[in-house]
Amino acid sequence: MKASTLIVALLTGVLFGFGLSYSTMIRPEVILSFLRFRDLGLLFVLGGAVVVTAAAYHVLPKLMAKPVFGVAFGKHPSEMTKRTIGGAALFGVGWGLSGVCPGPAIAGLGAGNWPLLISIVGMLAGAYVQGLVASRS
Amino acid sequence: MQQFFPNGIEPYLVGGLVMGLAVSFAFAMSGLVTGMSTVFSSTWSFFSRSAYFQQDRLVSTRGWRLALAVGLVLGGVLFLVTVADGMTFRTHVADWQLAVGGFIAGFGARMSNGCTSGHGICGIGSFQLPSILAVVTFLVTAIVTAQLVGMVGGS
Repeated sequence: MKASTLIVALLTGVLFGFGLSYSTMIRPEVILSFLRFRDLGLLFVLGGAVVVTAAAYHVLPKLMAKPVFGVAFGKHPSEMTKRTIGGAALFGVGWGLSGVCPGPAIAGLGAGNWPLLISIVGMLAGAYVQGLVASRS
Repeated sequence: MQQFFPNGIEPYLVGGLVMGLAVSFAFAMSGLVTGMSTVFSSTWSFFSRSAYFQQDRLVSTRGWRLALAVGLVLGGVLFLVTVADGMTFRTHVADWQLAVGGFIAGFGARMSNGCTSGHGICGIGSFQLPSILAVVTFLVTAIVTAQLVGMVGGS
């Protein structure tokens, strides 16, 4: 792996984690009050992030033959399968129960939201069991 | 409208724009598509010999995905020492909800190959129909779950 990839990923994480913290998504209470229709502000987090990302994903490949340090632009591997939709349904149940999803759980630790460590251990265990199940099928 | 946005929209919109800039930066510099849930699988490839964890798309990206996760923690620290201004974030959601919810969310996100960032930001950002359907699906099940848990007195 190129050193530039690691440094870019690290800096991306810092910026993304700062944004997540600023958006208050690192507080599960904010997620839960969104899902209970008490504060719909999260729509602006998703909207703001999607607009900037969509612009970059569509404009950059037209402006540059390849990324600054990389060989090619990547693509999110999204497939129309039962696993994609069934997994999403399960993910929602877990997200709605805890108010925690992967990015905010990790960034929240840095901002001192220590109980999120419980969720991170849970996610690691869930991902491990999912991998074992997928290996067998 | 005010009743649906009791805390205004500024922190939400600014935070979202910064997150979009971060995803765009990774794409422009190294062509990376930075969903956040894959690190929970790719990191197991260091320890587990099972076929699923040893597939190339996990092994070949596990280094930068771990760097991304370390960056996320540092981003939280950066927020805490710059603009947090004494705010504290310790959640009062019950431990069992954090644990069980985390397990189900981890299992589901990896089965679906994406979470709120992978499908929500990267997937919708590239106009992928499966990701859009995934987001609609998890929003519906999350809303139903959160409402039910609230009704029976959960956090």
